Amino acid sequence: MKERGSWPLWEVFLRGRRGLAHQHVGSLHAPDWELAVQNARDLYTRRGEGVSIWVVESAVIHASDPDDGGPLFDPPADKVYRHPTFYEVPEDLKL
Amino acid sequence: MSTDVVAASDLQVYALYLGDDCLILSHRLAELAAHAPEFEEDVALSNLALDLLGQARALLTYAGVVEAAGRDEDALAYGRDDREFHNLLLVEQPNFDFAHTIVRQLFFASYQLALYRRLEHSQDLTLAAVAAKGAKEASYHRDHARLWTVRLGDGTKESHSRMEAAVGFLWPFTGELFQPDPITQRLVAAGIAADPAALEPVWRAQIDQTFAEAGLGHPVELGIRQGGRSGLHSEHLGHLLSEMQHLHRSHPNASW
Repeated sequence: MKERGSWPLWEVFLRGRRGLAHQHVGSLHAPDWELAVQNARDLYTRRGEGVSIWVVESAVIHASDPDDGGPLFDPPADKVYRHPTFYEVPEDLKL
Repeated sequence: MSTDVVAASDLQVYALYLGDDCLILSHRLAELAAHAPEFEEDVALSNLALDLLGQARALLTYAGVVEAAGRDEDALAYGRDDREFHNLLLVEQPNFDFAHTIVRQLFFASYQLALYRRLEHSQDLTLAAVAAKGAKEASYHRDHARLWTVRLGDGTKESHSRMEAAVGFLWPFTGELFQPDPITQRLVAAGIAADPAALEPVWRAQIDQTFAEAGLGHPVELGIRQGGRSGLHSEHLGHLLSEMQHLHRSHPNASW
């Protein structure tokens, strides 16, 4: 076990109910994955949320660089064929 | 109603046995709020304390109903002196350090889980209901203590020696968990209470397995320390009660 004060950070994902995807709910410190799951149970599921917990050590998550926002996320507005805007959406369809 | 076939006074005292264990241990754990080694553990220990407090409330309320003398959960929690408390000596032992806290949790939660699993089938429907709900909580408490016992027992030299010291200190108090007493035995015969002696093998197997995983040994058995069930407590309970009961005794029935 690592020394006190150097517990790694873990990201917590909860699946609210069957059929839904896991959603990120927050993060916590724990010395290992078992205690991370246990701490997640105490911090995030006390009011009955969730049927499944995932914990992922934050250090293994690779994130996109905020400076790359333009190239990554600006929609290619000139490529109209990428945007499904040609359909009539029935009124009773809930999106 | 089970009180038709057993003495109400027996049932009342038995409810106090179980309720006082929960109440006193809950207070011990509550003492650690904002003092645990890590924030996450602070929340975990507080959650354990709240689970136990919930069980204590149900059991003390029931003891008051069975007694039928007008005492509610608050009167029983805050209005009794130490000689009137029936909790096990184990649960009143101070936190000392995290190792003592965890070993006390391991010993008690393993016992409580075995107890509740039997009490779920009690002829007394109130006790059966409390046990059914409490068994899930006790199971989690046991797992929490087990994970920490393994990590600390099999951790650093420092953590191992602290765990050994905690086991050595607390072990003599575990004998009381399985001691038969006349009140419990009468209720066992009526199908209401769980037989303490029958819980010991279950408890012992769980402790042995966890200790093996944690690299911890059993201390030499030098006899047991008991007295809590009959109100003869260690010096620690009086101090705990003076703190726990202070507000209620200074300002009776205060609310906010």
